[in-house]
Amino acid sequence: MERDSSVFLLGEDIGEFGGAFKVTKGFLKHFGPDRVIDTVLAETAIVGAATGAAVVGMRPVAEIQFSDFVTTCFSQLVNNTASISYRWHLPCPMVVRLPSGAGIHGGPFHSRNPEAWFFHQPGFKIVAPSTPYDAKGLIKAAVRDNNPVLYFEHKRLYRHIKAEVPDSEYVIEIGKGDIKREGSDISVITYGSMVHTALEAAEILQTKNNVSVEVVDLRSLMPLDTDLIYASVRKTGKVLIAHEDNITGGIGGEIAALISDHCFQSLDAPIKRIGAIDTPTPFSPTLEEYFLPNTNKVTAVLQELAAF
Amino acid sequence: MAIKKSATRMTTKDPALTSEQFLKIYYFMKLTREFEESILKLYRQGKIVGGAYTGNGNEATAVGSAFALEQHDYLFPMHRDMGAHLVKGQTLRHLMLQHLGRGNSLSWGRDGTGHYADPDLKIYGNISHLGAMAPMAAGAALASKLRKENSVVMTYIGDGGSNVGDIHETLAMASVMKLPLILIIENNQFAYSTPVQKQKAAQRYSDRAIGYGIPGITIDGTDIEAVYKTCKEAADRARAGEGPTVIESVTMRMHGHSAHDGAEYVPKNLIEEWKKKDPIVRIEQLLIAKKILTQKLIDEYQGKVIEELDDAIQFAVDSTYPPAEQAVVGVFAE
Repeated sequence: MERDSSVFLLGEDIGEFGGAFKVTKGFLKHFGPDRVIDTVLAETAIVGAATGAAVVGMRPVAEIQFSDFVTTCFSQLVNNTASISYRWHLPCPMVVRLPSGAGIHGGPFHSRNPEAWFFHQPGFKIVAPSTPYDAKGLIKAAVRDNNPVLYFEHKRLYRHIKAEVPDSEYVIEIGKGDIKREGSDISVITYGSMVHTALEAAEILQTKNNVSVEVVDLRSLMPLDTDLIYASVRKTGKVLIAHEDNITGGIGGEIAALISDHCFQSLDAPIKRIGAIDTPTPFSPTLEEYFLPNTNKVTAVLQELAAF
Repeated sequence: MAIKKSATRMTTKDPALTSEQFLKIYYFMKLTREFEESILKLYRQGKIVGGAYTGNGNEATAVGSAFALEQHDYLFPMHRDMGAHLVKGQTLRHLMLQHLGRGNSLSWGRDGTGHYADPDLKIYGNISHLGAMAPMAAGAALASKLRKENSVVMTYIGDGGSNVGDIHETLAMASVMKLPLILIIENNQFAYSTPVQKQKAAQRYSDRAIGYGIPGITIDGTDIEAVYKTCKEAADRARAGEGPTVIESVTMRMHGHSAHDGAEYVPKNLIEEWKKKDPIVRIEQLLIAKKILTQKLIDEYQGKVIEELDDAIQFAVDSTYPPAEQAVVGVFAE
């Protein structure tokens, strides 16, 4: 925002209140009400207005307060925003930030991971950082991209992890993943909160089972870093795809199909996937625990894969 | 007589029209009417890709409203506002290419009819989802305000479409933020087969503006002077920072919803009644009374318009479809 005066924020409660998760705390004071806009409670207006402003040359960053509410502006996103470039041959440089994810007793309407719906719509770029370092590099890339970028922030990670972030200027290219842990026996292809779950499971596999697990953090969901995925799978021969989203119809299925198509000769075991069970996100803690993938469940699948 | 491609208008606070302006408006209304007649003819010949829509009966609203805009204002038209495209400076050739799905159309054949954007003319055409352009128009108005452009944004919606949530969210945002937006509700009595009595309980669509704390006015959409004056005043208000206006322009949808719709559900007597208020006939009568038009001049305009249309049709028919493999190009911008 310092660099480019055409970048501005809009969303509910982001200005005076600093945002529901305090992500934009202090922004209003620093940048003023023309750059940090508290909008009406109307997601179609927020996202549609962002699209209109982007098309006439500004660079809006819209916030949907909880990713669950993106459904209320779904039509604007998939019918207008996503296909501006294809139909109008104009850039649509906007970012939609979406606090997403479960594990915070949010229940069915404050816990969603909706990336699969938008993964399926040509025209979106989609990113899901798992670390503070990646978050900074990717938000810069998202704002500078001339296309609509959906930026998923796992809300449990807001307070759950802390790390040093360099003050220096750096941008992480959209479409480039990152090896968060090198390994040689099994590849875990993952993103968002599950990166941390996978790292915990990988440590257990190493210390308990002497199995070396590689954790591939996709960082970008669209475009996918298929080169990184295939290189890892060809190295290890066994793969687990892990996401917090419901297993059926989650993007893991697409990744599995791509791996089967491109790495078949390298596979020593069926491609495994883990995700939330196929129910809406339940509220009561025991139900949510059962619903979500966690370190124990990931560890169990990895041990099975190791033994295959 | 010389007919300029893009109309230049005086910037004035006085909404009264000069003879020169009246003739330009007449030209655009005739052009709109004949353009749509030629589209129907091409449709019956099987030369139109997809469906064909007309705004027969809506010419005064489409042309008069756009005529109130300056060159730096933004236009977000709907499917019965082809006259607005023309007033804003779009060429017949480009509109024809769009309808015939040619590769050299403004959308490269990616979408048809008025579904294109022309940023040089500040025309942002609609998509099929009714109401979906209104929030985008509000976004352009927001950009205008933030960048202190002094531009206003004009957009449209039908009697049926005005019920869609997008319209209400747009008015909620635009009213409280005082965005320089004009929303024209084109009440042409029918939304496909559904008459307006089944779309609203309120007496007038403009009454909804009260709920948003903004002015709403209902006008005779076949009266070119009423349309122009009301839209000009709304534009002046918007430019002065006073926020959005809702204008309900009452007309009749003289044809079916689209070329394939016989519209048997429309009472015949309703069509007969509205034929008497044909906007083209009305403006001809007005300009003859003002001694701006003569029958000779009317015939000259007719000839000129047909000549221009014949050129555009030939040009489009001679143009080719886009190469098939181009389908993968441009999902993302550079």
